[in-house]
Amino acid sequence: MIKTDAVVVGAGPVGLFVVHQLGIIGLKAEIIDNLDKIGGQCIELYPDKPIYDIPAIPECTGEGLTKNLLEQIKPFKPNFHLNERVEAVSQNKNEWKVETSKKKIFITPNIIIAGGVGSFEPRKFFVKNVEKFENNGVFYSVKNKNDFKNKKVCIFGGGDSALDWAIELSKISDVILVHRRNEFRGAEHSAEIVKKLEKEGKLKIKTPFQINSIEGEKKVNAITIKNEDGKIEKIKTDCVLGFFGLIMKLGPIAEWGLNLEKKTIPVNTENFQTNKEGIFAIGDICTYPGKLKLILSGFHEGALAARACFKIAKPNVAYRFEYTTTSKSIQERLGVKKGD
Amino acid sequence: MAKITYIEFLNKKKHVIEVPNGMTIMDGAVQNAIPGVDAECGGACACATCHVYIDENFFNKISKIESAEQDMLDMAYEPNKLSRLSCQIVVNDDLDGMVVNLPLKQA
Repeated sequence: MIKTDAVVVGAGPVGLFVVHQLGIIGLKAEIIDNLDKIGGQCIELYPDKPIYDIPAIPECTGEGLTKNLLEQIKPFKPNFHLNERVEAVSQNKNEWKVETSKKKIFITPNIIIAGGVGSFEPRKFFVKNVEKFENNGVFYSVKNKNDFKNKKVCIFGGGDSALDWAIELSKISDVILVHRRNEFRGAEHSAEIVKKLEKEGKLKIKTPFQINSIEGEKKVNAITIKNEDGKIEKIKTDCVLGFFGLIMKLGPIAEWGLNLEKKTIPVNTENFQTNKEGIFAIGDICTYPGKLKLILSGFHEGALAARACFKIAKPNVAYRFEYTTTSKSIQERLGVKKGD
Repeated sequence: MAKITYIEFLNKKKHVIEVPNGMTIMDGAVQNAIPGVDAECGGACACATCHVYIDENFFNKISKIESAEQDMLDMAYEPNKLSRLSCQIVVNDDLDGMVVNLPLKQA
């Protein structure tokens, strides 16, 4: 069991910055994210795409922004719990009990949901019976590449994951790469390698084709693919790997007893608290009149939510507003105060 | 202003909407609560949940598809050669009478 001043759900830019805002007023935070890395949508969806509307930073990438935020919160030594999803939230006397998919339990007076548009899950094949083969011939990630050794593998997709795994698995298995159009959207360099491997006979490419059906009784033994003119081809295969990117689902947040509006959480704009005391929502996941889904708005929302967390975490301490430029206590927390 | 006809996938129900110039095909659907267009990202070409099939007669009249939209369409449900993301199609008078077919589902 971990006791903390605030649990932050979501390690995207807004979740990271709220850790800073909590940290400078002396509150400790634990951060939980379903992804295996820090950065949220910035890292998962657009690590290399430039962002032009972060105040005072004319241009940066999703990856650069994440790096800088991590640097900025370093003094507060936050704990990250990655690859973990918050499954349940329940009342525990005056505090909240947070349980994760890895069975960790947190006790906290404050929960800050900075969950973006929910948790990322792999986008799946849409064909019939696909569920019954999931993890038994149909996969959306590679846990251990040796599982595919000496097997016939059909890889679907045109992004980096599809290309990278086609290249990697072509060394140990019989790979066919299938994509719905002739262009690949993954890195140019990877696309060139894939084409070179095809020329050398080390893998096959089938474009523009999409999956049409999966065949087999207990395990996958063949698939059919279809092109835009309706031409169908059958391919004998042992495994099918789909890399269609990630889909965003609200997930278990929907069951925490919070008011919801479509897939967002209504908050008040005074402190970004939800309908439950001590549960806040900031960033893309919250909604209020005039809400803008911008990173910069999320930063502001976090600054206000953090102050409200202080009052709940330390009800007997008077909150005093201070500037980082002049406050000795903030500078001590940041580790920048020179010893005198 | 253009009259746009949205046709639902299963029941083929038609919704005829007058969409002002400068708005997108997605705006027309969302603001009139037409089922079948989710538009989760709000029109930023950052998801694939406003996917539609454009009527053949109009496909060449609309703005050409850019690579960012092509990339997102990889993630749509059953894209074909008439597929577009409706948030990327801005309405003008030339699109009057256009028909868009909605997919079975968005994601």
